[in-house]
Amino acid sequence: MLNELRVSKIKIITILSCLLLAFFILVLITCVVTHTTLPALMTSLASKEIQFAIKLSLTTAAISTFLCIVISIPAAYALARYDFFGKSLINTLMDVPLALPPLVAGVGLLILFGTTSFGKGLAEMGLVFVFTPLGIIIAQFFVNVPFMFRILRGTFQGINPRYEHVAETLGCTEAQAFWRVTLPMSKNGLMAGSVITWSKGIGEFGAALMVAGATRMKTETLPISLYLNMSCGELNLAIASATILIVISLVTLFIFERYGGFARVF
Amino acid sequence: MIHIENISKDLGEFFLRDVTLDIKEGEYFVILGPTGAGKTILLESIAGIYRPDSGKILLDDSDITNVPPWERNIGMVYQDYTLFPFLTVAENIGFGLKSRKKGKGEIRRKVDELANLLGVSHLSHRYPATLSGGEQQKVAIARAIAIEPRVLLLDEPLSALDSRTRDYLREELKRVKEEFGITMVHVTHDQTEALVLADRIAVMMQGRIMQVGTPHEIFNKPLNNDLADFVGVENIWGGIVRNNENGIVAIEVETGDTIFAVSEYLDGAVKVFLRPEEIILSEHKEDGSARNAIKGRINELQDIGPLTHIKLDVGLIAHITKQSRESIGLQKGDEVYAMFKATSVHVVRE
Repeated sequence: MLNELRVSKIKIITILSCLLLAFFILVLITCVVTHTTLPALMTSLASKEIQFAIKLSLTTAAISTFLCIVISIPAAYALARYDFFGKSLINTLMDVPLALPPLVAGVGLLILFGTTSFGKGLAEMGLVFVFTPLGIIIAQFFVNVPFMFRILRGTFQGINPRYEHVAETLGCTEAQAFWRVTLPMSKNGLMAGSVITWSKGIGEFGAALMVAGATRMKTETLPISLYLNMSCGELNLAIASATILIVISLVTLFIFERYGGFARVF
Repeated sequence: MIHIENISKDLGEFFLRDVTLDIKEGEYFVILGPTGAGKTILLESIAGIYRPDSGKILLDDSDITNVPPWERNIGMVYQDYTLFPFLTVAENIGFGLKSRKKGKGEIRRKVDELANLLGVSHLSHRYPATLSGGEQQKVAIARAIAIEPRVLLLDEPLSALDSRTRDYLREELKRVKEEFGITMVHVTHDQTEALVLADRIAVMMQGRIMQVGTPHEIFNKPLNNDLADFVGVENIWGGIVRNNENGIVAIEVETGDTIFAVSEYLDGAVKVFLRPEEIILSEHKEDGSARNAIKGRINELQDIGPLTHIKLDVGLIAHITKQSRESIGLQKGDEVYAMFKATSVHVVRE
């Protein structure tokens, strides 16, 4: 009885810090979305510039997410299933983009695609990355591929190879067993990975700024638009971008919690 | 039908060493061994999941050592069922037929037939996660035999089940074998399972096949100490053959007693094996077919299931039914005769 009546100091302190943190986050979001009026927000959303930014963000993020899926599926599978020379080194390297400041990643990409003969060769073939939307895509890809990769690696590790073995005895080749059994069993991981990669792609700023620059109506994604409009005092347009980014983040968070609760991103 | 010749495989923790085996058409063949003996790798090598480092595997006289699993037509059932969780029971059973590009009608017919046979037709539209272990294993068996495999491999198929379901499914396996005349290779560590199901048994230890034979041979005539110990021969003595008469030898064992046995070894050092169930305990020395009667005092009595395990001070262990224990009224400290036939004693060269 006495124990129940006694109020634990630790309990009070920890719960208070929890509430404080939650309050801080809530205030921050409210500040942004209530900074402008609804009619002003609607006008901004209807403006050509914001429309362009929305479209460019959605498409570049979709394409970079697709690229992340295409490269991460085989790469994550290899690291989940096979032992090979240099495996642990590669595992570590794959995580580097996570730890690297996006600006640094951007500088690297700019040098690779802008100054090396590899980049120049690609440019001659028509693949120009520097100061183009292609640059945004490659920046989003580089910065976000570890999210997709790590989720998929965890997903594949969680699938007992015996499922593939059984499928093979039932007449599937290795590739068919992967396609008909492993991939469907990875559905939640793929879903969670795509959602987080896509939403991170939409918010990508630093690396994209370095490679693609911030050119109005050319490489102007939502975060770039926010940055440009903030710098020149177009507060309503900036808030419109910010609001869309908040909505996308919240929806993403919801979907991720729904499908990816098991996946470890970090 | 399956001829395995000198295969070796090293997977680190588990390995196979020079395994040679012949499995006959239509046989229920059990591979019995303790955990970690390499039984599963042997099965997976037959299925084609692992390629042996050396040696070869023949199926119906053709070398399949380098044939991938999807071209072998060998069915596999694992202990943990491995049903595809995103497919219904019917889709699981039909999985192999779909791989073989069979028509929809044919698949449905075959799936219905097998689901009926194994008593899972009322579960057709359910997903594996909603089934009990026994039901899942029945679906896994149906899925494996749907492809009409040349051989059905079973890796500890009953080990994850509760004992009632296990007994029931054991009978189902027998029925499947009779119904389809399919050759079955069943891996287990459970001796009862081996005894009940097997036409022949191979005992495997530390990656090697130690003995192949009928259940009677495996359980009553183990080839060496380790095997005797593994199959539950609790009375093992070292001894020396002193003389022989009409095919019956007298062996002086290390406890000082003399044991009469039927033996092909007529002299020298031997090992003597005697299963604890072969011993009859009595308060008086009786005349009968039992040539051996060793006197001793009861040190320990322990009821295990329907049997009582009794330990005598002379080092003998006997298993008798509770009923006979009660009818004789045996107690700790009683002096008894342990009697057994000369033919129950198995002798191997030391």
